[in-house]
Amino acid sequence: MPENRGYLYFPGCSLRATGVAYEESLLELFRVLDIPLQELEDWNCCGATSYMAVDEGSAFLLSARNLSIAGQKENHDLMPPCSACYLVLRKTQDYVAHYPEARRIVEEGLKAAELKPFNGVRVRHPLEILYNDVGLARIKAQTVRKWQGGKIACYYGCQAVRPYDEVDRPHDPIRMDELMRAVGAETVDYSLKTKCCGGSLTGTIHDVGVWLNYILLKEAVRKGAEAIVTICPLCQFNLDAYQSEISKEAGKAFDVPILYFTQVLGWALGGDPKALGLHRSIGGRGLVRKWFSVSQEVLAHA
Amino acid sequence: MMQFPRTMKFQREADPQWSEQVLKFPGCERVSSCIQCGTCSGTCPLSIYMDYTPRKVIALIREGFREDALSCRTIWLCASCYSCAVHCPQNIHITDVMYHLKRDAIRHNLFPSRFPIPVLAQEFFKIVKSRGRNSEVLLVLRMALRSNPFILFTMIRSGWQLFRAGRISLKGERIAEVAELNRALSAAREANGA
Repeated sequence: MPENRGYLYFPGCSLRATGVAYEESLLELFRVLDIPLQELEDWNCCGATSYMAVDEGSAFLLSARNLSIAGQKENHDLMPPCSACYLVLRKTQDYVAHYPEARRIVEEGLKAAELKPFNGVRVRHPLEILYNDVGLARIKAQTVRKWQGGKIACYYGCQAVRPYDEVDRPHDPIRMDELMRAVGAETVDYSLKTKCCGGSLTGTIHDVGVWLNYILLKEAVRKGAEAIVTICPLCQFNLDAYQSEISKEAGKAFDVPILYFTQVLGWALGGDPKALGLHRSIGGRGLVRKWFSVSQEVLAHA
Repeated sequence: MMQFPRTMKFQREADPQWSEQVLKFPGCERVSSCIQCGTCSGTCPLSIYMDYTPRKVIALIREGFREDALSCRTIWLCASCYSCAVHCPQNIHITDVMYHLKRDAIRHNLFPSRFPIPVLAQEFFKIVKSRGRNSEVLLVLRMALRSNPFILFTMIRSGWQLFRAGRISLKGERIAEVAELNRALSAAREANGA
């Protein structure tokens, strides 16, 4: 089991800025699970969707450098929680393996920087690690706090589940739902669970981005969800930071907590509520305070 | 006198050589197998805002209508969600095709001027090249100044809320080995013939 020796952690730029609650809750969850994480040293940005749109050689090289550093470690399981980081790292491996032209570009780039070629690194999203390596049984057994919150819509977004199918089923992912149910939360059948949030569109073509997120919020509420739980910092950001504006534009008041799956799991498994980044939520603050209040806490096995 | 502008292009106006070139790029090799079913356009969350739907863009590439394919808004609205790619019955990597068109459009300066999305991509490219990591604040400022400064007004409300929640990082993240990264990036760009 790789979980014994832990994982190489690749934070990515978002988890050090608007997505800081994701990093906080992920670290707290793995601390409670007693699984060591080692941050990849001097990691660089993954390039997200922008590098691929400017120059594909450079885009592959950004990942190649990270993979090369990871390849020198004893531990070869690299864990990027951000969907964009996950996809770009995974795609670089795939293209280098399947296209000789991509391999040549990457090899020349690494050689010029005196970096070692990479091989044997496994890129693994925390959702898949928690599901496969930790497992539902252990999550269930280690649950100490009973979920006091409302029904949840699990929102997987796009790049973690597509086009690669290792994190979950691309068309109908289910693992986050199963993890949420393992700690006693009820999930709704959220048909838009893999529909795109538009990524950076809220910042560029603002109205288009806002309406995409309105649809996501509206459908979750219609299905009876009181919160949306995500695995991606960009999905969380769009639904959370623009929620009051969406309410204004759509003439329909939304007050929906947008949580990271690591916050719910970290809470249920007995993590320190102050360490889970819960105070960083913007939408549904009242509900977050109520659901995660220690005075309200009920022991799961009581 | 009445004018009758032609709404369709003639084949002699196409550039079949460009079409052949596109097919050589990683991910674009299956474009010629498109059956024009429109599944891509149907599954795309953004096709309702596009000037050409993804299906039409594929048709434009195949026939060699280079300028239409490179200067359309479609390729920039594509948010790379890969929905089309996993649903395509012909297994065409449509997202990668869009990426190729974006690169081609930037190289030949064929994107709509002051359009924020290609500006964002280029500013992101520069920031990461000089620091090794992205800075969201710097990126947003540079993108707005080079495209449409009024975009910043749409961010005041959310920006303030994010700041109060401690989610705006003003610390300029930077990696130790920027020089090493730059050597690698330049060599890769050169190897790629850019």
